[in-house]
Amino acid sequence: MQNFIHAYSWLNMHYLLQGLGVTVLVSVVSIVFSFIIGGCLGLLRYVNIKYLSPIVGFVIDIIRNLPLLLIIFFTYFGLPNLGLKPDVIPATILAMTVFESAMVAEIIRSGIAAVDPGQMEGARSVGLSYAQTMWRIVLPQAIKKMIPPLVSQFVSLIKDTSLATIIMLPELMYHAQIIYGQNTNYVIPMFVMLAILYFIVCYALSLLSRLLDRRLSA
Amino acid sequence: MLNILTQHWSDLWSGLLFTLGSSLVALVGSLVIGTVFALLEISPYKALRVIGKIYVEVFRNIPLLVITMFFYVVIPMYIAKVNGFTSGTIGLTIYTSAFIAETVRAGIEAVDEGQMEAARSNGLSYLQAMTHIIFPQAIKITIPPLGNQFINLVKNSSVLAFVAGFDLMYQGNLIVSTTFNTTDTYIVIGLLYLVLTLPLSYFMRYLEKRWA
Repeated sequence: MQNFIHAYSWLNMHYLLQGLGVTVLVSVVSIVFSFIIGGCLGLLRYVNIKYLSPIVGFVIDIIRNLPLLLIIFFTYFGLPNLGLKPDVIPATILAMTVFESAMVAEIIRSGIAAVDPGQMEGARSVGLSYAQTMWRIVLPQAIKKMIPPLVSQFVSLIKDTSLATIIMLPELMYHAQIIYGQNTNYVIPMFVMLAILYFIVCYALSLLSRLLDRRLSA
Repeated sequence: MLNILTQHWSDLWSGLLFTLGSSLVALVGSLVIGTVFALLEISPYKALRVIGKIYVEVFRNIPLLVITMFFYVVIPMYIAKVNGFTSGTIGLTIYTSAFIAETVRAGIEAVDEGQMEAARSNGLSYLQAMTHIIFPQAIKITIPPLGNQFINLVKNSSVLAFVAGFDLMYQGNLIVSTTFNTTDTYIVIGLLYLVLTLPLSYFMRYLEKRWA
């Protein structure tokens, strides 16, 4: 018990929360970027433009099937060889965005594909243009189907920011490792606190999505 | 790029085997644990349902790295000396079991309720109905998502690199530390991961389309 009280001293907690701030910052920026880019790529893949869409689809499949850790290593250690040297935070955001955009693109594509084709045909035959149908008829229905997988993807994104400890991104996990590295008595308290903090952030996002889900279906 | 592949082939090959081995062990382990917790989640008793729910929610919302590092740091301190590969695989198993529990639960719940009722009214016990009637039908629904979980497992097994687990990613970093050729090495490692994941991914998409 004494260990826990010492481990959760104001100084340590402040340091951990600083790390949590970086985790949240990197996550939010990556979520926004990957939602925009992934949305565009997913649409591009769905509308099936000759030559372009299959190539985009293949690149998406390749990125989706690589470990995120490898992409992080590549952006931070591999890109400098090619003449680009990003800082730690931009490198993490870049790696996360590349990986998560591919994941989001697949979710968006399969969400649109899951909408009954009759909807598109019906709307077109009433005289709406393709773009109008997409925007007003198909996408609103598809979004409802996309929300649960998108949210679990973004929860994964938040969890996966911890992988960037390996390039010394000063986020939650990295700060916790520094604290328990100083004193072995702090190991268990730190892991407990890590679990609690990550759980709060991730679970809050899941609850938010449930709320959103209820709003949309009401 | 080719000379990295030829000069370090034995390291890369052993890394590939460790990655595949860890993923397979974790798959079997997490299937067993995941199925148990899925059954708890749908059991008729509230206490069991709560236990199942807590397990799944907790391990789904904590990073894999935290779980793996916990086993890597804490087990040697208090229980027994284990190597990185073992603790990494334990972490992978526990993390994945929460996801598999959700997959299996969804598969069982997708089987029509009437199946269970009919089996029970024909005199089968709950357990018999589960194993003989519900499971065989649920498995077909669960196979594509389980395949995707296995792909995730192969990718996630790269956290073994954090705990010196001798996997592909770890070998890649060793090669980088001797050759300093980061770009080519990571591309080779990426290709090797794709050899494992990409065919499986396309196969699962094919199954999903065919069985849908």
